Amino acid sequence: MHGWKREDGHVVAELSQQEAAVVRGLVGQVRDMLTARSEEAPQDELSEITGIRTGPSTPPQDRVMERLLPDFYRRDPDTGESDEEESGAAGALRSLHEPELIEAKTAVTGTVLRTCPREGGTVRLTAEQADGWLSALNDVRLALGTALEVDEDSPEEPEDDLVREHLGVYQWLTWVQDSLVEAMTS
Amino acid sequence: MTTPAEAERAQLEPAGTGAEDKPWTTVVWNDPVNLMSYVTYVLQQIFGYDREHATKLMLEVHHQGRAAVSSGSKEKVEGDVAKLHAAGLWATMQKDS
Repeated sequence: MHGWKREDGHVVAELSQQEAAVVRGLVGQVRDMLTARSEEAPQDELSEITGIRTGPSTPPQDRVMERLLPDFYRRDPDTGESDEEESGAAGALRSLHEPELIEAKTAVTGTVLRTCPREGGTVRLTAEQADGWLSALNDVRLALGTALEVDEDSPEEPEDDLVREHLGVYQWLTWVQDSLVEAMTS
Repeated sequence: MTTPAEAERAQLEPAGTGAEDKPWTTVVWNDPVNLMSYVTYVLQQIFGYDREHATKLMLEVHHQGRAAVSSGSKEKVEGDVAKLHAAGLWATMQKDS
């Protein structure tokens, strides 16, 4: 693809079949991870009666999911602990907000999967759909970036072939997202 | 942490949201994945900040590791953090002391 362009109130890009497959595959993986997490949520009678959904009160064990579903309070970067006073509060807020957050993140994966043709070709988005793409692409980059331990000083050309390949995908997605922001704000 | 532009903005808040009601702050933290352009865009979209103000906050996050991006009641800040999480930014809330 050659980046996103504005066209009659839409943003438009051409994706090759391979590019579409990469986008759809990774966005689908994020969706599956979110679904798996939501299925871990406790089922309790009270929430069935009241209809108020509650999520888990503890963060995901997996650091990729933990980055996608962060705590509401800062944890000590060295010990990983919240302030004693705040750890209970963080659990309560997570329990309250996580179902909605998973729903929002899952919804944007749906936007991408509906608008990105399986065989590649033209992707034509309204502003609302483009915002969905931005969030979904960002979640994929957060997941990949966390898994690859990307930091601001990461080498551009890692030694390991597999890491280099994944990093190439990550960098391509970075470019796709940046181009979409540019098209939305120009 | 505050800056002249932040102080000016704080004074523009409508009367009635007195200091006693807004002891909470939304903090955005630097992370190596989020794009500078995207963070600026999200701050504009969520808070209605103009591009200049959103860019200033984004640069504060980038250079200082964190920036206070909004403040208000616990409920308001909780909602702001939830929206920032949906957009993929790393945000937390804290009570000002």
